[in-house]
Amino acid sequence: MKTPSINTAKTASGIPALLKTACVNALIALVLFSLMVGVRTEAGSDGQLTYWTRFGDVASLVAAVFGGSIVLELLKQWIGPTGAEKLVPPAVQSGMSFLGRYLAPALLIFTLLVPVIFYDQRYILDLAILVLTYVMLGWGLNVVVGLAGLLDLGYVAFYAVGAYSYALLATNFGWSFWICLPLAGVLAAFWGVLLGFPVLRLRGDYLAIVTLAFGEIIRLVIINWQDLTGGPNGVSSIPRPSFFGIPLDNSDNGLAARLGIEYSPTHRIVFLFYLILALALLTNWVTIRLRRLPIGRAWEALREDEVACRALGINTTTTKLTAFATGAMFGGFAGAFFATRQGFISPESFTFQESALVLAIVVLGGMGSQLGVALSALAMIGGFELFRSLESYRMLVFGMAMVLIMIWRPRGLIGHRAPTVYLTKAHAISSDLVKEGHG
Amino acid sequence: MDYFAQQLINGLVLGSIYGLIAIGYTMVYGIVGMINFAHGDVFMIGGFIALITFLLLVSTGLTAVPVILLIVILVSMAVTALYGWTIERIAYRPLRHSFRLAPMLSAIGMSFVLTNYSQVAQGARVKPVPPVITGGYTLHESADGFVIQLSNIQIVVVITTIVLLAIFTWLVSRTRLGRDMRACEQDQTMAALLGVNVDRTISMTFVIGAALAAVAGLMYLLYYGLVDFFMGFVAGIKAFTAAVLGGIGSLPGAMLGGLAIGLIETFWSAYFSVEYKDVAAFSILIVVLIFMPTGLLGRPEVEKV
Repeated sequence: MKTPSINTAKTASGIPALLKTACVNALIALVLFSLMVGVRTEAGSDGQLTYWTRFGDVASLVAAVFGGSIVLELLKQWIGPTGAEKLVPPAVQSGMSFLGRYLAPALLIFTLLVPVIFYDQRYILDLAILVLTYVMLGWGLNVVVGLAGLLDLGYVAFYAVGAYSYALLATNFGWSFWICLPLAGVLAAFWGVLLGFPVLRLRGDYLAIVTLAFGEIIRLVIINWQDLTGGPNGVSSIPRPSFFGIPLDNSDNGLAARLGIEYSPTHRIVFLFYLILALALLTNWVTIRLRRLPIGRAWEALREDEVACRALGINTTTTKLTAFATGAMFGGFAGAFFATRQGFISPESFTFQESALVLAIVVLGGMGSQLGVALSALAMIGGFELFRSLESYRMLVFGMAMVLIMIWRPRGLIGHRAPTVYLTKAHAISSDLVKEGHG
Repeated sequence: MDYFAQQLINGLVLGSIYGLIAIGYTMVYGIVGMINFAHGDVFMIGGFIALITFLLLVSTGLTAVPVILLIVILVSMAVTALYGWTIERIAYRPLRHSFRLAPMLSAIGMSFVLTNYSQVAQGARVKPVPPVITGGYTLHESADGFVIQLSNIQIVVVITTIVLLAIFTWLVSRTRLGRDMRACEQDQTMAALLGVNVDRTISMTFVIGAALAAVAGLMYLLYYGLVDFFMGFVAGIKAFTAAVLGGIGSLPGAMLGGLAIGLIETFWSAYFSVEYKDVAAFSILIVVLIFMPTGLLGRPEVEKV
């Protein structure tokens, strides 16, 4: 058999085999990249296609693949046969759990202090609000994907429902943010149930595609239903949130005037920061509490084995529906917050890319791990914001990271996907108890 | 009536393209039992490679259109097939015994990688191509001046699809490889015990699927005259819908589903509203999955524990 194959040098070690593998990989890379990277096409001003060559880039990519596969092979021989247990030695594991115990409170205290430390740096505050929005979305999706094991590719639909609920209710009826926020959550949850009811009987990967289709349908309806949603132009001049009825502006009855301090636009930003922090923490708190309730246990059981769940008499449909509705509700809250923060929303903000981003955050953080999701949102959103010029590489890196995580650590970088309750040891049962007639 | 006939032709041509992509979904699903989420992007890569090869050939001064098209089709099939092979190798093979959602998540990751790879490599703007195959036939002209057109490019698309399907059907039903594929589909362990190289067979499935997607990409390029990095997304979902409608795992079903989706989309745009044509396709997906999960020609699926 002459089929070239990557990574076959596991048994046949030695320098020649290593070099051969690397050469084959480099050759494959050469074929893959020569056209797609080597020739750059572009439509000229007169609509005529032009192209130019970039053989230097191809050469460096091929060299990177060559070097990369040598390093990978050496690593493989050094570590030995891969196995999830071997990759993380016990010392590191205990270190991580120690870290996990103190990292979360430390992070929380730091987050609470962010507006104090960075009071004068508007940019950092805005970025922190953005990161927290994604933390909240990630935690919301984590209920669906991480706990219940339902792959939802259309999460942004509920975000959109929440955002449009608030925007339309506030601009048409003048309702306050604090009335609309629960309404947005309820409406999103309602949509979650509406979608979930028929489709939750489907197998895992079918469900993913259907939720994806649903997300796209919602977006297309928003674009085309111009009378209600304003179509592609979106909804503008959405009211800013008030401090429980007291506006945060420069007027006489604004918060600053009432407190007798000098007005500053930063007040509103700080308020928004604490608002999203509170919403995110609410999501986290509810999730943690739910995990300890029967419904949370049922979610985790469902994730591990659906057939066994049904055999044990768990109603899988209602269990899935509650997970879906809970996740959707948090998505709706986040959407309402997004609308009030931006003051303007359009269908542009609710594309599949957004769902993909949130899903990537959840997967990279380790499905089911609250801290992991928060950290990965911080790294992915905050990290890429720092390197603005690399913006177009963001989803490329996310995608690669998703594949690599699935291969090497499917439980996430710091996550644990183990069920929260399980039998630690088998109990010896007296034969009296298992006799016929004792059930 | 004439309008109907014209839409029928357009729908069949569009359906052929969807059918070619849908075969890739259905084959992979049949053998590995996963939805190859990145397949739509493989189709897009095929379109780009066809475009680049075409551009290079034209710039060398070659003018004979059939020769150019033959080289383009071969090159894009070969290179895209290698993409399919590499994707399986990197992203799917290590996960064959991982937990339930792992292959799907990996496929989604791969789809992001491919979309953004071509965006970074080729830019975000739509790449237009001048019409390569021009001309056509007027089939019928009605009294009020409505003309039924059958353009040459439409003929090329349909004929290419039929020829490829013939080769493909022969491959699956008559050759050693086809037998191995059907064996792996039924029971991988048993096939391996009987001397079938399961890894190689699965690889070949991805290779064939990617090659057919590359042809679909080329046809799309010729028919619509443009490619962009995001075209794999919507086309991928529609082709997946086609595969599900035809009964996932069934090869004739995929083609049938492709034609059905092409016709539905065309007639929907013609008689109802163009804006909601994607909504129509996506709704069909949802309706089929809920009420008829085995599709038109599929077998009912037994859940294995």
